[in-house]
Amino acid sequence: MGRWAIAIHGGAGVDPNLPEQRQEEAKRVLARCLQLGVDLLRAGSSALDVVEAVVRELETDPCFNSGRGSALTRAGTVEMEASIMDGRGRRCGAVSGVSTVRNPVSLARRVMEKSPHSYLAFAGAEDFARDQGLEVVDNSYFITDENVGMLKLAKEANTILFDYRVPLSGADTCALAAAASDNANGMVMNGLPISIYAPETVGCAVVDSNGFTAAATSTGGLMNKMTGRIGDSPLIGAGTYACGLCAVSCTGEGEAIIRSTLARDVAAVMEYKGLPLQEAVDFCVKERLDEGFAGLIAVSGTGEVAYGFNCTGMFRGCATEDGFMEVGIWE
Amino acid sequence: MGWAIALHGGAGDIPRSLPPERREPRMATLRRSLDLAVAALQAGRTALDVVELVVRELENCPHFNAGKGSVLTSDGTVEMEASIMDGNTMRCGAVSGLSTVVNAISLARLVMEKTPHIYLGFHGAEAFARDQGVETRDPGHFITDENIERLRLAKQANRVQIDYTQPMKAQPPTDDNSRIGTVGCVAIDSSGNLATATSTGGLVNKMAGRIGDTPIIGAGTYASPLCAVSATGKGESIIRHTVGRDVAALMEHRGLPLKEAAARVVAGVPRGDVGLVAVSAAGEVTMVYNTSGMFRACATEDGYSEVGIWPEADSDANANGGN
Repeated sequence: MGRWAIAIHGGAGVDPNLPEQRQEEAKRVLARCLQLGVDLLRAGSSALDVVEAVVRELETDPCFNSGRGSALTRAGTVEMEASIMDGRGRRCGAVSGVSTVRNPVSLARRVMEKSPHSYLAFAGAEDFARDQGLEVVDNSYFITDENVGMLKLAKEANTILFDYRVPLSGADTCALAAAASDNANGMVMNGLPISIYAPETVGCAVVDSNGFTAAATSTGGLMNKMTGRIGDSPLIGAGTYACGLCAVSCTGEGEAIIRSTLARDVAAVMEYKGLPLQEAVDFCVKERLDEGFAGLIAVSGTGEVAYGFNCTGMFRGCATEDGFMEVGIWE
Repeated sequence: MGWAIALHGGAGDIPRSLPPERREPRMATLRRSLDLAVAALQAGRTALDVVELVVRELENCPHFNAGKGSVLTSDGTVEMEASIMDGNTMRCGAVSGLSTVVNAISLARLVMEKTPHIYLGFHGAEAFARDQGVETRDPGHFITDENIERLRLAKQANRVQIDYTQPMKAQPPTDDNSRIGTVGCVAIDSSGNLATATSTGGLVNKMAGRIGDTPIIGAGTYASPLCAVSATGKGESIIRHTVGRDVAALMEHRGLPLKEAAARVVAGVPRGDVGLVAVSAAGEVTMVYNTSGMFRACATEDGYSEVGIWPEADSDANANGGN
């Protein structure tokens, strides 16, 4: 009999200047979602059910960039994506370009379980959601006033933002552009200073007491992204991966995560180099990410939890069967 | 160490009884594409240019399932996808859901080079194609009579399957291209640059919106400073086994040579599901599959070349000096 473990995240690359109130709010949401997962695991739910339930909860809360509260495309619309993977049999499902499905992670699970395919996108994914009778809402449900404001700022600065939670007055947009070109001063991600870069993709990795693993990731993608842009979150092996050894969910600069097939590589390093979970995570964060910034959470099939990131902070939480529980942002 | 090139036109259950009128045009295209690649490599073109050039040629051939000749969705439309990756820089680009772009692989390269993103899909990818001014055609351009018939047969088989509670017995392969015919190319140039490219129409009677392994970096396509890989076969299997990345991961993390890494990955995927071509930084080439055959060709600078469909004994191989 194994021991259960759960890890969740709400994005990596958190701005150190993020207002205290917002940090507290994010931690409250993380703690609530983590507790939901813990309760389900104690009640004997499967890893797959737990990652779906926890990610649904994170999607539904507008605090993070997934489901309600998703970042907006250039066109001011929401295009969400998500994936889920069952370590048992490495079954997987993914969706991109979802604009009306209330919980994209549940659509990803339906793709895995009810379609002959692994990945559906855009109109085809929307049609499938309707066939499956999933809850759909108007696109405006996902759009928050805060994100409308951020899109405006992103357009003025003519940059792509993951998200933008740091208050800036109108006059500060010039400062923003100046800061973006000032690479010498502080960390830069996608050409943007870290202080205006706060990706808030959500994800969850679980091992249940039967030793089965699962992972799920969900996102609205980049603020001011081109319509049609697909990031790492729906890509099996990049943003999400689960197998017998471990389950992993990544967040951060999507393009760097795709190039490094980050989630799969944690498992590959365990499998092919024989490293334990935390060492595998550390190795991948250090060696596999190029100049890109990202973070990840992971659980092993034997009930360990681990996380790693190479940026200023990551919204995260984890809990294990022996009573350990933690919610944090910084190192 | 010199240049090396390998390309494929899909792996699957290819019956030995494949009639000459189906075999020969494909063999001819494989030979022509190989010649094109060899000439380009000899002329000093980069690996990235060469894989794009070869895949364009294969896309333009209506006998393969990519570009013109792509198989149809259950709606009777084409939705093409492709990806490209450069080994040394690990830059990459991918597209899905294209219905009017003549050469999907070239749009994937433009996504890599002209956008801050890696992967664009569906209407956003089509809009980008128009911004970039790439050649587009009416969707009807891509649809061949042969593929209309394939869709009809696939739908008929589906209906039969729904009508009977007993699962249908495996049908004898009556069609050689119903789920295969994805095209791909890997190359290393004489400066040591590695690149890979893969392009497909997907599978017959797929749901609209279905994305397969081809555009997914790490699944159907992957390149690193160690090797370049292009895979083909059952997409869902290739995705869950992250086939492309796993060849590179075994070399990187386990220290296996290319051939062993590729053989091990292919052996780990259910029989009948996968084939791949790969080249390494050391200039090795491998073409492996666990299907009955794979349309394939390769050549190396030292004079070796091979064009084949089924296992080695039947392939048309030429070692240095001929034998």
